[in-house]
Amino acid sequence: MNHLEPIHFVAAEDSAQVDNILEVRDLNVAFRTAQGHVHAVRDVSFSLRRGETLALVGETSSGKSVTCLGLLGLTPPAPYCTISGSARLAARNGKTYELVGTPERVMRQVRGGVASVIFQEPMTSLNPVHTVGAQICESLRIHLGMKGRAATDRAAELLNQVGISDPKRRLTNYPHELSGGMRQRVMIAMAIACEPSLLIADEPTTALDVTIQAQILELLQKLQSDNRMAMIYITHNLGTVAEIADRVMVMYAGRIVEKADVVELFTRPQHPYSRGLIHSVPRLHSGRVRKTPLFAIPGNVPDPAAHPPGCTFGPRCGHFEPGRCDAAVPDLESARPGHLVRCVRWPEIEGAA
Amino acid sequence: MSATQTVSLAVPRRSLAQRYPALRRFLRHKPALLGLCVVVFMTLFSFAGPWVIPFNATDTDIRARLMEPFAGAHVLGTDPLGRDVLARLMYAGRISLSVGFAATALSVLIGVLVGLVAGFYRGAVGAVLMRFVDAMLCFPSIFLLLAIAALIEPSVTSIVVLIAMASWMEVARVVEGQIRSLRERDFALAAESLGAGDIRIMFRELLPNAVAPIVVAATLNIAHAILSESYISFLGYGIHPPTPSWGNMLENAQSYLTNAPWLAIVPGVAITLTVTSFNFIGDGLRDALDAKLDR
Amino acid sequence: MQQQQHSASALLQVQDLRKWYRLGGGWLGRPAQTVKAVDGVNFEIRRGEVLSLVGESGSGKSTIGRAILNLDPPTAGQVHFDGKPLAGLTRRQMRPLRRAMQMVFQDPYSSLNPKHTVEELLSAPLEIHMPQLTAEQRRDRIDAVLKTVGLNPAHRVRYPHEFSGGQRQRIGIARALMTEPKLLVADEPVSSLDVSVQAQVINLLLELKQRLGLTMLFISHDLAVVGHISDRIAVMYLGRLVEIGDAESLLNNPRHPYTRALMAAVPNIDPRQRRPRELLKGDIPSPLAPPSGCAFRTRCPHAQPACANGVPELRMVGQQHATACIRDDI
Repeated sequence: MNHLEPIHFVAAEDSAQVDNILEVRDLNVAFRTAQGHVHAVRDVSFSLRRGETLALVGETSSGKSVTCLGLLGLTPPAPYCTISGSARLAARNGKTYELVGTPERVMRQVRGGVASVIFQEPMTSLNPVHTVGAQICESLRIHLGMKGRAATDRAAELLNQVGISDPKRRLTNYPHELSGGMRQRVMIAMAIACEPSLLIADEPTTALDVTIQAQILELLQKLQSDNRMAMIYITHNLGTVAEIADRVMVMYAGRIVEKADVVELFTRPQHPYSRGLIHSVPRLHSGRVRKTPLFAIPGNVPDPAAHPPGCTFGPRCGHFEPGRCDAAVPDLESARPGHLVRCVRWPEIEGAA
Repeated sequence: MSATQTVSLAVPRRSLAQRYPALRRFLRHKPALLGLCVVVFMTLFSFAGPWVIPFNATDTDIRARLMEPFAGAHVLGTDPLGRDVLARLMYAGRISLSVGFAATALSVLIGVLVGLVAGFYRGAVGAVLMRFVDAMLCFPSIFLLLAIAALIEPSVTSIVVLIAMASWMEVARVVEGQIRSLRERDFALAAESLGAGDIRIMFRELLPNAVAPIVVAATLNIAHAILSESYISFLGYGIHPPTPSWGNMLENAQSYLTNAPWLAIVPGVAITLTVTSFNFIGDGLRDALDAKLDR
Repeated sequence: MQQQQHSASALLQVQDLRKWYRLGGGWLGRPAQTVKAVDGVNFEIRRGEVLSLVGESGSGKSTIGRAILNLDPPTAGQVHFDGKPLAGLTRRQMRPLRRAMQMVFQDPYSSLNPKHTVEELLSAPLEIHMPQLTAEQRRDRIDAVLKTVGLNPAHRVRYPHEFSGGQRQRIGIARALMTEPKLLVADEPVSSLDVSVQAQVINLLLELKQRLGLTMLFISHDLAVVGHISDRIAVMYLGRLVEIGDAESLLNNPRHPYTRALMAAVPNIDPRQRRPRELLKGDIPSPLAPPSGCAFRTRCPHAQPACANGVPELRMVGQQHATACIRDDI
């Protein structure tokens, strides 16, 4: 395959595929560290439709962030990091890009233009010595070739779109003059400046106060529906997932352990880890008896350099069966249409609480 | 599920190299390892060496004066009085290294105490102490050393004290900076909330966390101390003959530079090797102990 | 006001607590600015109860935690612990009192001295407050407390970096329990932990409360966690208490618009119940320039002109429920 040329789909075999803006197959990301070879992401496959929100849920070292960093080529270069597999991203103009193994030159066009990222800490993502306006205009210049007045006007328009009042004045502010919520809005404005088809949000609201978090979530949803932009939302906060996701992928120790529509996942979770997570979160709204012990998953996330044999969740699982669960890593099976789970015992656990 | 039943699944203990990443990093730093070997060699050379060689640093043998190295029984030749240069190098090494270590130990002691108090109490106390340190640093140490050396009776002890006086400030600066930032950390606050007294917090909580930069500063101080001793003695104000030191060997070699260059080259090389080696070790330690790399 | 009366069962009483920080100024003619992190807070904690302080950035909740323990002494106001006034005590005078009041910190990675083993960490409070114990006795106590928090006593020779975040937090809790304190101040103890571990630590705290009869001041920004663990809840906004009351009463019937907004902002775990939420507009005002009168009026959907006249006082609206909103009809 010639990686210098974008790939063109001549004819779509599956009509649903035309609507898929992202197709990831068998994505693997491994790091070379002092502790040895760390396989941070294993065999991740998923697809994403235009306008859809996919939530990647997981805890530390689940591989959720690395998956997206790997997709956009933001991981360290070889030999410290090796990425294999395939990820095809469709731009709005019909061009398709293969993201794995693509030279940096092409990736630079992709980043910001076709796919954007917003991170958790807007203070460190924004350059403190440039004004907000300068940073947005830079993105416009690089990807759309806009300059001068046209760029500034568009920048002000973007700030307005993300809900910042008095946008003309805000363009001249420096990042430290803005509050956390506003900085995150600026990040979002920069991310959508070139109308990407995919937005990756890596824990965008974790560092924000809860009232601001609610505003940002609402903003993201509005932008998505206005621009028909697909979003991958990475988080460890299940509540936000329930609020904005269409589909959910639960990751544990580098693998997908469950994939389903959001309602299906929260009402009928199959994997013991997903169940554990959902039941361990204290609830405010749904009536639950207070001051009683929560369900808690025992133990800790395994060391990325030393995974247990077979199912990596085994040592912490209440349904662990020696001989079955530690024999081999379970495959992703279909529990119901559209609902995949990586557990050999899921049919037996179905009935149990 | 009772919380107490959740006896957390143990984090397995890893090997020594894994548990002390600093050690591993140090072992990978080639110049530092080389420096360490050289220093160990020089120490053994100076302190154990004299038992091994047949000659003595003080026996004079006029018939064998100014013999060239590698020519006869005297491996590194003889000096104008017929004394074996190799033996003198070893004994001189004892003096120079001892002065280096002792002066550093003293300067670290003073520097740590001053830095600890200044960094912990900050405010007026801290400011006064640090301005004093700054003032001391302003004195050109060479002239200070020479001036005082010219006034007092030179001996190994006085040289040690003198060199320590000129080098404790650097340590104090380093320690003060460390302690000042460590004091803001949560564990220091936790110690205070437990009811720990000031002394306990300073010495048991903060100081152990500042050891890394102190060790680096100390190592570099040793190099500096050996060098200082060399040039004080070279200028005639330090260790006086007949006690040999690498510095006064150099001084004695001045008038023989053309006809007996080895008299200067030998101690010169010894000083250079030792000082450079300590510098390499210091570099290696600094890289290895970089706090950012630890978690 | 009922809360002010000295009740025998109150372990901690806070009266008109203020903590102001002065920023710069003075030198070149610029006027010094004052950040009023805590501005006139009153509450009490009864023996055996868990009172939670909940609020967002700038609310002053963490500042109160430190002010109560005199780690960051208050600028004004009075704190009574077990009947004894704490204001004005020097650091030296505070030390023996610290035995009875301990703190659990937010960040499990920085609150444990990385150079000490678990044994040394847990030994410290014993060495300070109970020097008469032998090494053997200390070790027994340490083992007992480690078991209480769910850790293996054999791991006492390990260093903090050999443990996970949740385990470190348990060590932090163990350390706080060593001297059998009467009051535990927990400053965001679960905020830095993974979701699955949060539940473990929350359960641990609940169990300790029941078994040891611990009195706790629980500081958090997470209303869901707070709702799960508290007996009473106090809501803070920009340095002031806006609502305080029994947990059930407050969560079922929040009377202050800010409490309502906080509750509305917390995402619902049930995706079937997505509905357009009434969200607050705007950002939290800077503590350097809080709005006059009621600090919340700039974002309040029910604000009236009268809200700008003077800081509203807490007034009772139920048995154990007080709010600082002048309106009754929301």
